[in-house]
Amino acid sequence: MDIQLLTFIIVGASFALYIGIAIWARAGSTTDFYVAGGGVHPIANGMATAADWMSAASFISMAGLISFMGYDGAVYLLGWTGGYVLLALCLAPYLRKFGKFTVPDFIGDRYYSQTARTVAVICAIFVCFTYVAGQMRGVGVVFSRFLEVDIVTGVVIGMAIVFFYTVLGGMKGITYTQVAQYCVLIFAYLVPAVFISIMVTGHFLPQTGFGATLADGSGVHLLEKLDGLSTELGFNEYTSGTKSMIDVFCITAALMVGTAGLPHVIVRFFTVPKVRDARYSAGWALLFIAILYTTAPSLASFARVNMIETINGTEQTGTDYANAPSWIKNWEKTGLISWDDKNNDGKMFYSGDDRNEMKVDRDIMVLANPEIANLPAWVIALVAAGGIAAALSTSAGLLLVISTSVSHDLLKRNLAPNITDRQELFYARLAAGVAIAIAGYFGINPPGFVAQVVAFAFGLAASSFFPAIIMGIFFKQMNNKGAIAGMLAGIGFTAAYIIYFKFVNPAANVPANWWFGISPEGIGTLGMVLNFVVAYVVYKMTNEAPEEIQQLVEDIRYPKGAGEAQSH
Amino acid sequence: MAFKTEEDKVAYWKDNISLVLKLLAIWFVVSFGCGILLVDVLNNIQFFGFKLGFWFAQQGAIYVFVALIFVYVKKMNEIDKRYGVDEE
Repeated sequence: MDIQLLTFIIVGASFALYIGIAIWARAGSTTDFYVAGGGVHPIANGMATAADWMSAASFISMAGLISFMGYDGAVYLLGWTGGYVLLALCLAPYLRKFGKFTVPDFIGDRYYSQTARTVAVICAIFVCFTYVAGQMRGVGVVFSRFLEVDIVTGVVIGMAIVFFYTVLGGMKGITYTQVAQYCVLIFAYLVPAVFISIMVTGHFLPQTGFGATLADGSGVHLLEKLDGLSTELGFNEYTSGTKSMIDVFCITAALMVGTAGLPHVIVRFFTVPKVRDARYSAGWALLFIAILYTTAPSLASFARVNMIETINGTEQTGTDYANAPSWIKNWEKTGLISWDDKNNDGKMFYSGDDRNEMKVDRDIMVLANPEIANLPAWVIALVAAGGIAAALSTSAGLLLVISTSVSHDLLKRNLAPNITDRQELFYARLAAGVAIAIAGYFGINPPGFVAQVVAFAFGLAASSFFPAIIMGIFFKQMNNKGAIAGMLAGIGFTAAYIIYFKFVNPAANVPANWWFGISPEGIGTLGMVLNFVVAYVVYKMTNEAPEEIQQLVEDIRYPKGAGEAQSH
Repeated sequence: MAFKTEEDKVAYWKDNISLVLKLLAIWFVVSFGCGILLVDVLNNIQFFGFKLGFWFAQQGAIYVFVALIFVYVKKMNEIDKRYGVDEE
């Protein structure tokens, strides 16, 4: 059977599954719609959180990024997993005990202030839109490469599916679809990785193959070989990086803290019945995420060796373009790889210096990997289904936060407190529908700045939500003025730094101009520190939080008496 | 009030904070410590086919993270029980 047909069947079957689940898990009330009725099992919630978290970027781009960055890729690996430790130990159980629907709910109630609530709503909506535009684009890319429909059709199909199960099922539909999507995406990620690990090193587990000797009988370790090749070809040694230590430190910290502050992840912990379930499900979520995150760096190194050897040949003298393997020609059509015969010898050569004749996009590493390694057609079809599952699950979670922010935080808790549950549910669905349309528009017409604004999402979450929530739990005297001043200072500083280097004066975006050598990607760490400091200073100059608020904080510090999530 | 005495409440919170701080210290050491600040020193040590610092940065720290959360859950549930503030 040809790849095209096989891909249609596998992707089609996965869609049928998602739609079936959505019909089974329709939402009947706002509690169903916002927090799945608060009755999700912790392991199921762990899987849903993992799928929610692992986006098209994790599935498609991350291994490729690491493959090109070597050691420096650790910022993503550590940053996007380490945040869960903070989440599990410092946030999730307390927010579950607090028992409201959203992050702005917590900020607004804890700091007894509509201003604080509004600041939080705006941050939440901004962070989510930034993210979701990239996801829709991911769906479009996968569709256009594997199903050979154009990107617009791909995005529209993706929108239709997400619309169906988000608007119908709300959080309940999303949760159970995400469980299915986790299974699809992790299987799709592991199958090619295991195949390639066996081919390259003879190890079944990619995690041990990573440190093993090569299967060609040379007795050389994979990483030694990779370091050798990298130096020979004029790249940096694979196991050491190019970024400065302080920058690696700050980017990692900003990603960790940003992860712990992302509203679509936090809200998942409102869906379990008990505080202890919230603790457990954070552990399960990280375990499920770690399966992919420990495979990714292994895959990155296998793919790099494979790619260099296919292009340069085992003797490192280049290979004839006329005899190039079919994957190079397939992917040339998408523009993700190209060859420019500079020395007119008809041979391809890839290196880090002026001998280089290849342009290779990092996104190719995961998507083309099965073809590079000559794996069977069904594996290629599976990777397509996995990439789509990753993109859809994350978009749905983000769209739900946007719709909840509008119908609950903005309308019910702020502008129109008298609407009924039914009306609120209607507005939630309407907001979800509008948000999908806007996200789809950005998917079809991606603004040139999508890549740049990713730094924004994490920087803003790190410098606004995280300190406000931490102080809200661990510092009961902290008052509204301190928290608001801290959030505004953190966001203001972080946003100004990123906007200056990414938009106003991109030419100046070099290490020599950075403060303390910290890049815009890592500046959220400083923004976070600033938030804490400003909040403390303002708190010192004003009255501490009122008695009833301090009582509320003491109540969320122990599990006993946690009821279902409440709307008021 | 859920606690028997005011002292219990204070002691519960102290136990909680001290557990979290201990675990976060390990969290910091394996990721920022071994994976970033000390990476060059540790890279002189060979660990199977890895340089040790590189292994911590791209594999080891993640395994420790997962373990930390499950240890936290277990210990915290015990503390809850001891003070009678669990959800049973």
